[in-house]
Amino acid sequence: MTKGQQPKDIFDVKRIREIIELMEEHDLSAVDLQQGDEKIKLNRGSVSPVYSAPPPVAAPAAAPAAAADSPSDAGTITVNAPMVGTFYARANPESDPFVKVGDMVSEDTIVCIVEAMKVFNEIPAECSGKVVEVLVKDQEAIDFGKPMFRVEPN
Amino acid sequence: MKSGPAGRYILSLAIPFHRLSVFKKILIANRGEIALRIIRACREMGIKSVAVYSEADADSMHVQLADEAYCVGPARSIDSYLKIDQIIAAAEVADVDAIHPGYGFLAENSHFNEVCRSSGFEFIGPSPDAMEKLGDKNTARAMAIASDVPVVPGSDGLVEDDKQALEVARGIGYPVLIKATAGGGGKGMRVAETEDMLVSALNQARTEAQAAFGNGGVYLERYVGNPRHIEVQVIADNHGNVVHLYERDCSVQRRHQKLIEEAPSPNLPEAQRKQICDAAVRMIRGADYSNAGTVEFIVDENDDFFFIEVNARIQVEHPVSEMITGVDLIKAQISVAANEPLPMTQDDVRCTGHSIECRINAENPDKNFQPNPGKITKLYTPGGLGVRFDSHVYGGYNVPPHYDSMIGKLIVYMPTREEAIATMRRALNEMQVEGIATTAGFHDKVLQHPEFVEGRHNTKFVEREFMD
Repeated sequence: MTKGQQPKDIFDVKRIREIIELMEEHDLSAVDLQQGDEKIKLNRGSVSPVYSAPPPVAAPAAAPAAAADSPSDAGTITVNAPMVGTFYARANPESDPFVKVGDMVSEDTIVCIVEAMKVFNEIPAECSGKVVEVLVKDQEAIDFGKPMFRVEPN
Repeated sequence: MKSGPAGRYILSLAIPFHRLSVFKKILIANRGEIALRIIRACREMGIKSVAVYSEADADSMHVQLADEAYCVGPARSIDSYLKIDQIIAAAEVADVDAIHPGYGFLAENSHFNEVCRSSGFEFIGPSPDAMEKLGDKNTARAMAIASDVPVVPGSDGLVEDDKQALEVARGIGYPVLIKATAGGGGKGMRVAETEDMLVSALNQARTEAQAAFGNGGVYLERYVGNPRHIEVQVIADNHGNVVHLYERDCSVQRRHQKLIEEAPSPNLPEAQRKQICDAAVRMIRGADYSNAGTVEFIVDENDDFFFIEVNARIQVEHPVSEMITGVDLIKAQISVAANEPLPMTQDDVRCTGHSIECRINAENPDKNFQPNPGKITKLYTPGGLGVRFDSHVYGGYNVPPHYDSMIGKLIVYMPTREEAIATMRRALNEMQVEGIATTAGFHDKVLQHPEFVEGRHNTKFVEREFMD
């Protein structure tokens, strides 16, 4: 649920696009707008628990990640963060991400960088298989044990 | 001493710590009840709290109540709560202004203190320099002497021969304790009750020390036979103001672990109390120490007191000082760290009433205080006038085996010591904890013992009266 400014017309495409961008920026899963008798509901991403105002920070693992329980995750493992820091998907802003969905990784494959205290730590996959999902966003704050990549092992 | 006009006591909240705009967010580098305590102060001051936790503490109350929480490692302390780099990393991603170290863990680690500051976070405690100097027993002792604070009379160096030893011992006064300089674990220690016992005691100590440590060097100290452990709470700001919050008596101990603490001390004459509190203030001032700290003394049968050490952190038993003075020590710490001057002078700090704290541990007193971690299946906590329970546990909580066994602090505050004991006993008996054993019943026994009731006890009391 968003608060604040009243949209001029909730069905205005430009307005809808703005709302979608705001949802991505603030990691919102659902937005429910009403203007008079007109309503619009926007759901983002896969079906997952809806929080009314999720804090944009690494929260305690109180709510299990819905994805872990779905049947499509059977037989997969996750590459978890070995430390607290900022997750970087790529070596520098110009380069491609270290890995993307569909890539094969082996134990020594560098999958990301986690930065803390100005030190950029290259993180190896420590498993072999195919990357099926990237679970964190570039420059997201992560903590110990946070699942970063879902991998289908060989 | 009499604790105020009969029947009247005021939990004086006249010492305000107003909302701060300086700190927006504080990271608490700790766990358990103290993390909760700090989060409470932050909440009331409008400051966001950031918790760090090990995987074993994912369901802990401090994690649930903090505004943000970051897992910093697996269960073992050495892999989580003691990992400086992970804690600083969490402080960075959370973008905090300051870090509160609590007690234990990294609280008196001057390296951690340094790293916090150089990483751009205020450390809620003294300067690294003051912390390091006071952490060295020899340096601290020299600083005490320089500040005119009495220290345990000693030889101040090794005694090279018997002639020198006899001379020095005459100056110290008997009984004399002979200690091995390379010593530990009680080895190479002897007590000489009188002068004619000194030489043979010296020879025994030297021989034992040589055999045990390869170093027969010994020094002398006055032996304090039945010591009481009395400590003074002090708080100093960065502007030269130093204020004491009176003393605490922590003589009820077992194996050097405090069990019960109280404020004020039940058996200290008023003149001595003024002197000991003033000495503590001199010590803190002389050490250029700021923020909260405790100056520890031992007190002998003649009510003479001797400096032992400074604890450069907030302590477990800080609540009893809070109750008798009405000063919120954690808020005071945060305030001082934010460079605020203390909002009170010494004259503003009154001691009213009497407070006692019992440390409730997940230990079985019938099995030699064996730690008893596990799931708390039922919990009922005591209440009523003058009862405070500082605890992170809840019904269904799993007490993890990886950390210290304290599950809560039961604190009472009443106009007189007699009433405080009665209320504490009532509260201990009201408390219900099922699923694990606790030391609540043991505390109740101690509180009934005539020596404690009459305030005649010293640090040997528990081991003498309760241990086989």
